[in-house]
Amino acid sequence: MAEGAAASACPSAQRAAAHAVSLRDVTITFRLADNAAFTAVDSASLSVEDGEFVAIVGPTGCGKSTLLNVAAGLFPPTSGTASIFGAPLTALNRQAGYLFQADALFPWKTALDNVAIGLETAGAAPAAAKEKAQAWLTRVGLGHFGGRYPHMLSGGQRKRVGLAQVLIRDPKILLMDEPFGPLDAQTRQIMGNLLLDLWSADKKAVLFVTHDLEEAIALSDRVVIMSAGPAARIIGDWKVPLARPRDISEVRLDKAFHDLHREIWQTLKDEVLKGYAQTGGG
Amino acid sequence: MNRIVLISLQLAVALVTLLAWHLLTTIPMSDGKPLVPPFFFSTPIDVINRIIKWFAEGTIWRHLWITLTEATLAFVIGSVAGILVGFWFARQPLIAAVFDPYVKMVNALPRIVLAPIFTLWFGLGIWSKVALGVTLVFFIVFFNVYQGVKEVSPTVLANARMLGMNERQLMRHVYWPSALSWMFSSLHTSVGFAVVGAVVGEYLGSAAGLGYLILQAEGTFDIAGVFAGMFVLAAFVIVIDGLVTVVEKRLLVWRPVAADTRT
Repeated sequence: MAEGAAASACPSAQRAAAHAVSLRDVTITFRLADNAAFTAVDSASLSVEDGEFVAIVGPTGCGKSTLLNVAAGLFPPTSGTASIFGAPLTALNRQAGYLFQADALFPWKTALDNVAIGLETAGAAPAAAKEKAQAWLTRVGLGHFGGRYPHMLSGGQRKRVGLAQVLIRDPKILLMDEPFGPLDAQTRQIMGNLLLDLWSADKKAVLFVTHDLEEAIALSDRVVIMSAGPAARIIGDWKVPLARPRDISEVRLDKAFHDLHREIWQTLKDEVLKGYAQTGGG
Repeated sequence: MNRIVLISLQLAVALVTLLAWHLLTTIPMSDGKPLVPPFFFSTPIDVINRIIKWFAEGTIWRHLWITLTEATLAFVIGSVAGILVGFWFARQPLIAAVFDPYVKMVNALPRIVLAPIFTLWFGLGIWSKVALGVTLVFFIVFFNVYQGVKEVSPTVLANARMLGMNERQLMRHVYWPSALSWMFSSLHTSVGFAVVGAVVGEYLGSAAGLGYLILQAEGTFDIAGVFAGMFVLAAFVIVIDGLVTVVEKRLLVWRPVAADTRT
């Protein structure tokens, strides 16, 4: 596989100005089994500044995850360009860490080995990698769970391991695909706070996909709304005027939170209903 | 259920069966003969005496050793070949597509018909039995490894790529463990088939082994010898199966404790 050294070519001065992630007129068309074309995303343009936390919200099946996969370099856009720190993305995005919605841990590795593997692939000595992995497990609150295999951990604990697994590599960009989707409401809040804690330490650029508008507002600096698919477009972009550091559960009581929520929901509601109509009431 | 109660009940089944066998083959009916002719069914006492005699004289050990050697060789050779070809096919879809009808054809063939050919090719020694066992073990391991490599979760694979794994690292950290887990889940079946290959091979023509022992007894209408051979074989398979379970538990600690699917 070719190494995607996307940003290596650009001079540092330009790099400071360039967006961490920049998607220009990205269109994604799938060819279906009956040879018909299905346009998932239609000319979406989106950029994330370095250190910015951006959430993409849209109804189920609108192609948010597909857009995220384009930013990760896992999936090439049918047309349009993706660039990372100003350099066009042609292969896997080596500057990004990706937290998946589904379970992505290696089931045959212990929590500690799962976290350490990201450093080992980069050529770190196993002992050193394990030591750092232990430190990261402690940071996500699982210091005593290093010897457990994924199936012995709860859903929330697995997400914590996943977070450590991604962050130990110190990626400049963090891509998250409804990472807390499968968790219960309380665990989601705890994980959200943990994420903000870890993020505030060294402000990476974050692209966070979710269908939960409240979660999006509570976490991010900017909320981007996508229309219902097919041919989903970006139909709105709001700045979140809430101060940091935030506590997820407290920020929901803020008046600014409610005003913004109401404002965005006006736009989102129609799309959600459209999305439901298309998926048969979901 | 309480463990002691369970074991007592299991023992009771064995005792009742042996007792029924004993009574039916020894108690004379009104015509002076037992209900079940001992000539065809032997009696438990005779069978036990025969087993004791085999072990006391030590003649059984050579046969056990031969069968064990054949089964082990069949298992090792069949597994290694199955793993290699399984990996190769799974990573080269073109090769897999080209060979697909032939693989299906050979697998559909009842392997027993190959025994005469193997006897011609490899003689009456252990290698014709090993070859028969290999043809049985190979396909089980091959299909499982192939499936294991193919069915790696796409999310885990994408995650591995995003974590910076190159092709070699993907092999070592993703494909290999996945394929092994599939292979180990079929370990009981493949070990069982290795023994089947050895014994059936011996039965069809040989000079030693448990299958040979049974064949010899059968040829002289020595029913006690046939039953004794069957019991020794059953005990032998149970011991091997127990060892496999131990190995499996050690190697698959990472797997959730699913319901034991064996029957």
